[in-house]
Amino acid sequence: MKKTIKLLSLLLITVLLVAGCTQAAPPVEEPEVSDQPLRVAIVTPSSMNDLAFSQSISDAMQALQKEMGEGKLEYVYSENMFVVDDAAAAIRSYAQQGFDIILAHGSQYGSSVQEIAPDFPNTVFAWGTTVDTFDMPNVHAYEGASDEGGFVNGVMAALLTETKVIGVVGPIETGDAKLYIDGFAAGVKSVDPEIDVRVTYIGSFSDVALAAEAATTHLSAGADVLTGSAQMVIGAIGKAKEAGAYWFGTQADQTSFAPDVVVASQVYHWEVILREIFAL
Amino acid sequence: MIKDLFTATVIIGIISSGIRLATPYLYAAIGEMFGQRSGVLNLGVEGQMLLGAFVAYFVVLRTESLLLAILAAIGVGALMGLAMGFVTIQLQATQGIAGIGFYLFGMGMSNLLFQKLIGVVENIDGFSAIKIPLLGDIPVIGEIFFRQNLLVYLAFLLVPLAWFVLNKTTLGLKIRAVGENPEAADSLGVNVALVRYFTVTLGGILSSIAGASLSVALLNVFQQNMTAGQGFIAVALVYFGSWRPFGILAGALLFSMVNALQLWIQVLGIPIPSELAVMLPYILTILVLTLSLTKGKGPSALTKAFEREG
Repeated sequence: MKKTIKLLSLLLITVLLVAGCTQAAPPVEEPEVSDQPLRVAIVTPSSMNDLAFSQSISDAMQALQKEMGEGKLEYVYSENMFVVDDAAAAIRSYAQQGFDIILAHGSQYGSSVQEIAPDFPNTVFAWGTTVDTFDMPNVHAYEGASDEGGFVNGVMAALLTETKVIGVVGPIETGDAKLYIDGFAAGVKSVDPEIDVRVTYIGSFSDVALAAEAATTHLSAGADVLTGSAQMVIGAIGKAKEAGAYWFGTQADQTSFAPDVVVASQVYHWEVILREIFAL
Repeated sequence: MIKDLFTATVIIGIISSGIRLATPYLYAAIGEMFGQRSGVLNLGVEGQMLLGAFVAYFVVLRTESLLLAILAAIGVGALMGLAMGFVTIQLQATQGIAGIGFYLFGMGMSNLLFQKLIGVVENIDGFSAIKIPLLGDIPVIGEIFFRQNLLVYLAFLLVPLAWFVLNKTTLGLKIRAVGENPEAADSLGVNVALVRYFTVTLGGILSSIAGASLSVALLNVFQQNMTAGQGFIAVALVYFGSWRPFGILAGALLFSMVNALQLWIQVLGIPIPSELAVMLPYILTILVLTLSLTKGKGPSALTKAFEREG
């Protein structure tokens, strides 16, 4: 019972945090008023409903569409572009079709943007997650402070663990996944430096089976709270669910997948930064 | 730190993880082996796995029947295999390219169907672990070997069965003959095309079940591109195992257990960079491949189309 109350209060804290963040967001700047809708093309490495990275941009676009009103924002997308060459072809073709803004939503797309952007000076390119704009006037870069939410998740995880062992299932040690995981570990340590945070990187963003095995390995090594980043973690969440271990999510809300064990998810609200990019 | 690896928990963990990870490889690689032994290289395994994974998952989601799911996976796998056969045996297209085509088709089709028919990632109730009476109670060994799900047991039973079919039956003899010297087999009255159709269809079915073993038994979820290259590893394992069922078994287990080992190395905090740990199974595969290629030679007629003269 005590555990449930603890859990509920933690959930409440998260909700407040999220609410707090939303209010802190800068006032909406409307893009230049014109009758033409803003036309955006998005290229993502996984599917738009992956409950993770690509879903976060999809959710943000839908939120912005609602916010900007009917007929103000149109978007098309190419998903599952995990082959960078295919993504580059898609980015170029969107630029040729005259889209106003092209979002290359994946840190692996950087070199493609760098190559293509100079050929289309009137098209705005944005890519993430990174901070590198290659000093090009028509390139934006965006990065989520995923370590911040990771820290909050880490604090909650530290309060929930009884075995003092927490397992992390990461993809490749880079980008927002690494940020999140480092933030998470720091959050745990801030509560109790004695807690053992064990990190595995499985070397893939899509290998669901290996993610599941990594989670199983953490569980047999004594972990009772798990977290992880990127779309292949659904394999890990499945194992957490079977074992009744708590799960902390990131990138998108993962509660629907395993409501009983997902304690909290850090959600990427890209609309905050997209608003600024669109307004420029 | 290193000595932490030699505890019972870790060793049991590595072996049982290895057995689970090896399951899809076994189905797919044994199927691929039959095709290659008869002279057909199928690089479409990954696509067949993805379609099988999707179809089985979809059937469980809609009907909750695991039997129907496996039957559906078999049906789809057979169709994919027959299509591959038609293109490479009937139309005599280059096998490597045709296989890549079927890989892309399977991947694209499973994506499309998933988007149109389901759309959200959902958990299902798949095959659950079956504890074999008595054997499952043996300490350590029971935990490792006899508390797995049905598809895991069947994958391991498939190995001796494939060995028996290949080496002790007339069918196996025909398969080998067609793969070594189709002209000679043909002159002795073996229907080369029919044998190859059989092996490629069987390969399709087994690849499809390999996919299903992920989506409705080991993970109980479907996600686009979830096989993550396992179909190609399966093709490599056929070479690794020198086209023999037990060689494939050894290769699949070695690869999977080293993969499980590298997870434990990371979990135990043994200071090896994660990039290096992740590479371990692949480095080992390449090492064994380079060492074994010198002795094991593949079927002579592999990738060669056969056309009857006269």
